[in-house]
Amino acid sequence: MDNFYGLATRTSAAKQSAAGPHVTFPENAPAPSRAAKQEVLLAAHGVEKSYRKGKHVVPVLLGVDFEIADGEFVAIVGQSGSGKSTLLHLLGTLDAPDSGEIHFEGGRIDNLPTSSRDLLRNQYFGMIFQFYHLLPELSALENVLIPNMIADGTFRYWRNRRQYRERAEHLLELVGLSHRLKHKPRELSGGEMQRAAIARALIAEPQVLLADEPTGNLDSKTGEEIMEILRTLNADQNLTIVMVTHDAAIASQADRIVRLAEGRVQAA
Amino acid sequence: MYKLLLSWRYLRTRYIALASIISVTLGVATLIVVNSVMAGFTKEMHNRLHSILSDIVLESHSLDGFADPQWHMEQIRQVCGDDIAGMTPVIHVPALLRIPFRGDFHTRQINLIGVDKTTYAEVSDFSQYLLHPENQSRVSFLLRESGYAPGRKDFPPSGWEHRRMQAMYEKALEEQRHEIAAAAKSDASLATNNRPPADPYAAGVPKDPYSGSGESELAGTIFDPATEQNTGVILGIATCSIRGRDADGEVRDFYLCRPGDDVQVYFPNAGSSPKPVSCSLTVVDLYESKMSEYDASFAFMPIEKLQELRGMFDPLTNTTYVTSIQMKLKPGADLNAVRDKLRAAFPADQYPYRIETWRDLQGPLLAAVQMETTILNILLFLIIAVAGFGILATFFMIVVEKTRDIGILKALGAPSRGVMSIFLSYGVSLGAVGSGVGLVLGLLFVTNINDIAGWLEWITGHEVFDPTVYYFQEIPTSIQPTMVVGVMVGSVLVAVLASVLPALRAARLHPVAALRYE
Repeated sequence: MDNFYGLATRTSAAKQSAAGPHVTFPENAPAPSRAAKQEVLLAAHGVEKSYRKGKHVVPVLLGVDFEIADGEFVAIVGQSGSGKSTLLHLLGTLDAPDSGEIHFEGGRIDNLPTSSRDLLRNQYFGMIFQFYHLLPELSALENVLIPNMIADGTFRYWRNRRQYRERAEHLLELVGLSHRLKHKPRELSGGEMQRAAIARALIAEPQVLLADEPTGNLDSKTGEEIMEILRTLNADQNLTIVMVTHDAAIASQADRIVRLAEGRVQAA
Repeated sequence: MYKLLLSWRYLRTRYIALASIISVTLGVATLIVVNSVMAGFTKEMHNRLHSILSDIVLESHSLDGFADPQWHMEQIRQVCGDDIAGMTPVIHVPALLRIPFRGDFHTRQINLIGVDKTTYAEVSDFSQYLLHPENQSRVSFLLRESGYAPGRKDFPPSGWEHRRMQAMYEKALEEQRHEIAAAAKSDASLATNNRPPADPYAAGVPKDPYSGSGESELAGTIFDPATEQNTGVILGIATCSIRGRDADGEVRDFYLCRPGDDVQVYFPNAGSSPKPVSCSLTVVDLYESKMSEYDASFAFMPIEKLQELRGMFDPLTNTTYVTSIQMKLKPGADLNAVRDKLRAAFPADQYPYRIETWRDLQGPLLAAVQMETTILNILLFLIIAVAGFGILATFFMIVVEKTRDIGILKALGAPSRGVMSIFLSYGVSLGAVGSGVGLVLGLLFVTNINDIAGWLEWITGHEVFDPTVYYFQEIPTSIQPTMVVGVMVGSVLVAVLASVLPALRAARLHPVAALRYE
């Protein structure tokens, strides 16, 4: 618990100054200390969740237990409706389980107050989605900067805007979008939008990347490019990635596959 | 930061929302125009009422007035001399005015006011409403040679110039009448030549033996209108003129009499059994305050002459009587405080006086205007309130449209408060844009209102602002900063209130439900 509350007070600006002249990937080597420990970063214990559809209660998760180690690339697979997206939302504190617990860095996070969970999503979790979910009014660069804007007040953001902007441009360059900085999402292709979404997920230097069918809406070639980026991030940055997919070929690229069926984790 | 960025982007990309605040714009513009015009009318009216009425009036209940105004003024000076800038004794008496015109008499009911020409001009702006420029600086009840109303083209020639012409004309007319009578007489005598002598008196009544010498003696004292005048009187311009339109539709004044003409005035004398007194007066100037109520009823004459004619002068004790004393206060003096002090000094059970400020005297009129302004404001603000519901509906639509974006923001860690403030600041900026445009439109309209009225007149052929009705040549306006700020704040507040509900809805959206929303 204590380490999470310690973390909760950190801000993105503080994190960045700590990280120094940043973004190491892909040139730099992974941080050895992290890889060596192999400690559990994110875990679900007996998580249950059901939805209400009118009068009927539809059970989705019936007691899910699994752990994700620091630096692991895990794929969650399952039939549609098996609850894999729901599980990802629960892991990312977007939703609360009916019973069971979610732990992050050893501390329980599903019962934290709203403001702490907002902070957690903003600073420690990066999320990408099947439908990219970029804000249509903003350019690619502004979309990438949104987590920073959320983290800082107006004045503070204004003071740090050059630094943030440099970093956002760098990230977009890394995902191969340096020629599309000023473009609105509707002027980008699906692959480009997903690259921008990845850059947005990385801007706050998260510890976990939660990906909800990141290739689900892309053709196989573009999907492969996105997977390449994710794999590189995992390998070079030692970034923990939890990916939901129903595509076996995509899932096979992960370190480990967690199969979800009938509301439970099936033996692999 | 994202709140400002997003609400700015929404403002720039959602034109439907801008359409919904057009009614705010129109409401604000109308409110500003209406308030400015009403304030202009009120201000103009206040100024005129105030300048005519002086600050405080001590008035006798009786038409006979009270004795010894000098003693009263001394008392007033002792009670509140520090606040008094000037005082003047005045006599008010209802009277009938008879204006001879083309052989007829036009009779008007007037309020005859006896004034002291030096002090009366000090307590009120009476003199500045007179037509002759010299009378404006120094009032005189003597007829001027000429030069009345220099700015007015259609003002007829007046003054001694006119009086001499009139006298010459009258004289010529009289002579002509004599000639005609003489000719008729000679005709008659010619005609009777053929008849038998009949009437022994046909040659005329035998001459009065005393008449011959009397005529020559009287010649020096007889009133000669070409060189002499009666006591002067200053008439309200509407008592002796008719405002109307000529054949071309131009507004013109037609004068029944003008400075230089003689008029007759009837009024009751003072005393236990009042009898009508009449006198001939010479019009020496006209009074135009542009308050039709006063212009159509006031006539001013020297107070000494009126006291003499009404018997308000006791020759044995040299005491004079007046009906009221008008006071002007020094700038910054508290009107009501002085009035209350005077009321305490002249208690009603001892002195039959009414002591009132000009506001008290015109209370009902001022209250009516105030009431009108209030009701108009309420009605017009309802327009803005209606616009608020338009904003509410539009905002709900926008929140629904932006459901997924709200989910994204929440997934990225934006707190509910932040999401709410996006829509609130969007509402504020919409309200600010709407009322800002309304402000500019309203101010432009107010500053050019007379041009716009003229232009509308030209388009529609109807007169928008009829100077024969209002006694104003132009629509008076006065832009008050507090009113403008109030209107702006009110309309922005309406926009904010209308965006509160949709913003709350946005804040309450569950991020997962919002992300799934298609």
